[in-house]
Amino acid sequence: MYQEVILDHYKHPHGRGLRDGDAEVHHVNPTCGDEITLRVRYDGDTIEDVSYEGQGCSISQASASVLNELLVGKELAEARRIQETFLELMQSKGQLEPDDSMEDLLEDAVAFAGVSKYPARVKCALLSWMAWKDATSKAFSEAGTTAQGTEADSAKEKTA
Amino acid sequence: MTQLPGLLDTEAIRKDFPILDRLVHDGQKLVYLDNAATSQKPTQVLDALAGYYEKHNANVHRGVHVLAEEATALYEGARDKVAAFINAPSRDEVIFTKNASESLNLVANMLGWADEPYRVERDTEIVITEMEHHSNIVPWQLLSQRTGAKLKWFGLTDEGRLDMAGIEELITERTKVVALTLVSNIMGTFNPVEDIVRRAQEVGALVVVDASQAAPHMALDVQALQADFVAFTGHKMCGPTGIGVLWGRQELLNDLPPFLGGGEMIETVTMHSSTYAPAPHKFEAGTPPVAQAVGLGAAVDYLTAIGMDRIQQHEHALTEYAVRKLQEIPDLRIIGPATAEDRGATISFTLGDIHPHDVGQVLDEQGIAVRVGHHCARPVCLRYGIPATTRASFYLYSTPAEVDALADGLEHVRNFFA
Repeated sequence: MYQEVILDHYKHPHGRGLRDGDAEVHHVNPTCGDEITLRVRYDGDTIEDVSYEGQGCSISQASASVLNELLVGKELAEARRIQETFLELMQSKGQLEPDDSMEDLLEDAVAFAGVSKYPARVKCALLSWMAWKDATSKAFSEAGTTAQGTEADSAKEKTA
Repeated sequence: MTQLPGLLDTEAIRKDFPILDRLVHDGQKLVYLDNAATSQKPTQVLDALAGYYEKHNANVHRGVHVLAEEATALYEGARDKVAAFINAPSRDEVIFTKNASESLNLVANMLGWADEPYRVERDTEIVITEMEHHSNIVPWQLLSQRTGAKLKWFGLTDEGRLDMAGIEELITERTKVVALTLVSNIMGTFNPVEDIVRRAQEVGALVVVDASQAAPHMALDVQALQADFVAFTGHKMCGPTGIGVLWGRQELLNDLPPFLGGGEMIETVTMHSSTYAPAPHKFEAGTPPVAQAVGLGAAVDYLTAIGMDRIQQHEHALTEYAVRKLQEIPDLRIIGPATAEDRGATISFTLGDIHPHDVGQVLDEQGIAVRVGHHCARPVCLRYGIPATTRASFYLYSTPAEVDALADGLEHVRNFFA
């Protein structure tokens, strides 16, 4: 379960620390007390920054670092595809063998495939991803109708 | 092998617990150090459960056929065994519940619905402690919210003990009930219940003792304790899950109202009103956990045959050894008493900045089962400024070799995350 990639992200996290953002959320995992405060900043549909501060186990902390590395600079639609694929992998109970296209899409995040075998730890891996999803919908709903792409986004949310 | 004075013959005892021979993760020997969460069960208890269902199963207290009479005798026999185990003055003071949480909730609800002088209401106070298990916090919070009574608590010292300095201001003429644990489930601390009982008696408050972490590990004498209610659970003391105990003083059980209504707890019922059976049946509505009570009776027999004082000695010797071994590990901080004095065989600790879930997972890979998290005692973690702890807890079948395995395992954890 503890792949070298995960330990690397845990020991040397990417993008840690809180910076300016359009929306902030605070999520907790009550079973182990993992916590994360996460902010997103968008330029139109492009993710400019995901900044975070938190405490918790290596899985939750490494997962936030991987999220930052993967999502910053991506278009929202692409980021959603990555988030949904990661969710699918984490909910696979160790039954899903990532194929090439999944590896291309998830990059370092495929290292978490082994975590999906441990039900108690899946929530740790998903904590930052759920926080990102929540912060994103908050950012766009707060921006209201003035932000471009809001309608398209909410349509996507419904079909997701 | 390490020999310590006071140890039990664990080689013989472990033969009674088939699960301890289990291999996990491709051939690792199981090292089970999660006894504060639940104990393993000896074959004597497993056989009693199976034997009950195979030969005697029936509902209790209501049939006239042979199985019903046997089942009733076995169920009531278990009550006799538990009464003797805790030195209760009367078997009618032993109420079977489904666990310690239900026992504590039952007391809280009796007091919420009671008449004077026991009634908890506005302008009265409830006192608990900061080291309670959530099951001895939340029922009192609910009672406080529903009645308007004020909830107060003993704080903790840096050494993991109750801060007794303010006892006179804490327990006052307004106090109706004081609820506390005899042994902390997270830190292993033994609490000075006798001092608290003395103060409570001065002001006429009732004392409720959560003995969930005491009953499995030491001789429990409710008369010596002088509390008014004592709660514990079966599954931590070699018994099955689904059976708990509430002991209460007879005159209180006579005076206090029932909480759950239903079959078994009545004397007569009309469409307008009912009268109630005497205790303990007044507090045992519905079909009780019969097989589980029988299993608990077998567990009590098993523990009694070994001797509770000898079990306590064994665990004390192991605790001394474990505290010493753990303190040799760099960056390891024990949360709670740092010596084996006045504490049980439950040891919580942090290991540098390594999160307890990572500690627990890497230990598990080596076959070592510990508990990680806040142990349903989150206020203790808040008090010591930590998100969680790793907890190792020992029992009568634990060995010095298992302490060594834990210490080696923790060294491996440190190197892994270094």
